[in-house]
Amino acid sequence: MASLKDMRVRIAATKATQKITKAMQMVAASKLRRAQAAAEAARPYAERMEVVLRNIAAGAAGSDTAPKLLAGTGKNEVHLLVVATGERGLAGAFNSAIVRLAREHVAKLQSEGKEVKIMTVGRKGYEQLRRLYEKQIVERTDLRSVRTIGYANASDIASKVIDMFNRGEFDVATLFYSRFKSVIAQIPTAQQIIPPKFEGEAPQGPVAAYEYEPEEEEILAELLPRYVATQVFRALLENNASFYGAQMSAMDNATRNAGEMIRKQTLQYNRTRQAMITKELIEIISGAEAL
Amino acid sequence: MALHFELVSPEKLVFSGSVEQVDVPGLEGDFGVLEDHAPMVATLRPGILTVHLSDGAQRIVVLGGFAEVSEKGLTVVADLADSVEDFDKSLLATHIGEIEQKIQKTEPGSELDKLVTRLDHFREVDRHLTGTAMH
Repeated sequence: MASLKDMRVRIAATKATQKITKAMQMVAASKLRRAQAAAEAARPYAERMEVVLRNIAAGAAGSDTAPKLLAGTGKNEVHLLVVATGERGLAGAFNSAIVRLAREHVAKLQSEGKEVKIMTVGRKGYEQLRRLYEKQIVERTDLRSVRTIGYANASDIASKVIDMFNRGEFDVATLFYSRFKSVIAQIPTAQQIIPPKFEGEAPQGPVAAYEYEPEEEEILAELLPRYVATQVFRALLENNASFYGAQMSAMDNATRNAGEMIRKQTLQYNRTRQAMITKELIEIISGAEAL
Repeated sequence: MALHFELVSPEKLVFSGSVEQVDVPGLEGDFGVLEDHAPMVATLRPGILTVHLSDGAQRIVVLGGFAEVSEKGLTVVADLADSVEDFDKSLLATHIGEIEQKIQKTEPGSELDKLVTRLDHFREVDRHLTGTAMH
């Protein structure tokens, strides 16, 4: 059996761990607040952008001149998966949930005989996907050194995606990230960005006949890359908020578990200590009686 | 006081409310939007957007983006939007520097023309801002 000293050391170690997890929880909580505010602040832009694009797209959809970014290449053979994950671990199932969704998607596409290419954003996703799909990963972006995610980061990633598309390297692009619903609920999401697939219902009523300045094609040529960048930006911000949410609840659990362990260990320590005292007393008494 | 105007940048909703008129720096020239304007979509150039309220005007620097006029009002989706006072002028200098470098490397052609126009736009904003700062 472990000696009393060993047990004391173990209790101290658990307490130290609990302090760390508690601190991480608090850090995550304060960062979450900022990340959440950033994600919410970016929503109007993404929403307005979608409305504008949708209105224009409704007008341009039928024509043959519609840009490929909007109408697609007409094929459905090569898929690009943009998998956005966190840079760090210790956030419960946050990273693996996104990776799992992407993996299922890859399996489904491969069983249909499609070609799959993967682009990872964030270190964790790369590390997890590398094991299975080393050959499919065509590009990786690390945001480790980025302190606050800006629009510029997203537009870098988007321009890489668009360059690949223009070179004809894929037909359909899907973005994977975790949507922030609440601190305890983050939903891994797959969203098709090229060609854009709009969620929800189409705009009601007749679409206004717009005047374009400059020409419609030129506007679309400007608007579409921006739309892709916006979606990436939104995904990064949502991911960031989700990450801290997941980390906060994971660390909350860890702190609670550590507390429970400390309680058990302390109980065992006290029991052992008392058993030893009792044993010593019995030895003394029986020694005295023998005289 | 009936034009509904919204100005959004990637980071935030900059302005939302009813205004008299908005002067928008379009790629092919400035245009003013009043109530009941015909639906239109235009690209913006880097420039200064003026919002006319009933009690004065507000000037906002926008660096590219889109304007959409529909029956609901005017929506400007800008890459960057900051009021003239808050605008970080060093950003302008970096942009101008970047474009100048690109121009050095670019062969004559439509790409170069675009860059030169873009440079002009930034220079104009710069002139405008330094101009107002002096008086």
